[in-house]
Amino acid sequence: MNPRPFALLLSLGLSTPSLLTQTHPTSAPHARQTAKSTAKLAPDFTRSDLTGKPIHLSAYRGKLVLLNFWATWCGPCLAEIPRFSAWQQKYAAHGLQVIGVSMDDEAAPVQKVYRKFQLTYPVVIGDEHLGNLYGGILGLPITYLVDPQGHILARYQGEPNLSQLEATIQKNLPTP
Amino acid sequence: MKSYFTRFFLAALLPLLAFTTAANAQNAPASSIPTAALLQPAELAAALKTPTPHKPLILQVGSHVLFAEAHIPGSEYAGPTGQSSGLQTLRDRVAHLPKDSAIILYCGCCPWSRCPNIAPAYSLLRSLGYTHLQVLYLAEDFGTNWVDKGYPTTKGR
Repeated sequence: MNPRPFALLLSLGLSTPSLLTQTHPTSAPHARQTAKSTAKLAPDFTRSDLTGKPIHLSAYRGKLVLLNFWATWCGPCLAEIPRFSAWQQKYAAHGLQVIGVSMDDEAAPVQKVYRKFQLTYPVVIGDEHLGNLYGGILGLPITYLVDPQGHILARYQGEPNLSQLEATIQKNLPTP
Repeated sequence: MKSYFTRFFLAALLPLLAFTTAANAQNAPASSIPTAALLQPAELAAALKTPTPHKPLILQVGSHVLFAEAHIPGSEYAGPTGQSSGLQTLRDRVAHLPKDSAIILYCGCCPWSRCPNIAPAYSLLRSLGYTHLQVLYLAEDFGTNWVDKGYPTTKGR
């Protein structure tokens, strides 16, 4: 048995500043979408939004819910929330409800971003319990579409194609 | 007189250098980490299975909430290094370690190219003189590239 496997790993990975210009593996740029024909109910939760108003997910039955897990330190998240905010205004009368769940460690930066972007939808502060309820929010952003009956229509991990997502929303609005 | 000015100049310059180093660390993109320093998830998962008395220090430098949801067994939280407070947490954690300590950093909060934490962490430890550093390469995020692969995790803060 090799007593120091990590030493071997590290010997492969030792770096010097001169290596700083080396090329990098490319990362996957777009979201993976999971659409389930046998859709399960979106786990219900109750959290207070940034104004202190309680938000019950199940209270939005009858609406198409876009549930977005995000954080203020997440670049891709900040890129997409202005669109979600616009959709909330554009499609509210057709039955869309956007709900943001911030996975920040503290509420203060969330308040700041909320004001900066003038978000038009409620944002609650999430935690590991809420993350685990949704099977693990282990990378951001993650967005769910929940149909008016409360079933998960789709799950988008990473940055979704926003045009395609908007088309999906339009197709599933309770009041076209 | 000359030495007085030299001392005065150095006293003014050193805090500025420290500030500049920290600011640069915070702004570094993940692509600034040399490929040779990257560790693939499968490599680390295999190494974790091998009993050894010389385990590296594994530090998660991203979100504390995501760490609480799931992290690599034996790893510690030392972040978020995209923020000054997190860089200080990391600095404090390694302060008493020998410079040749084996340290593995990971985050996985976001896609690699958009991660705000991993490069600042690496850059800080390099600037502090740590030489045995590796960074776990999580292309998409911790969930996709570690948890979904069935590699070991544990929960809690």
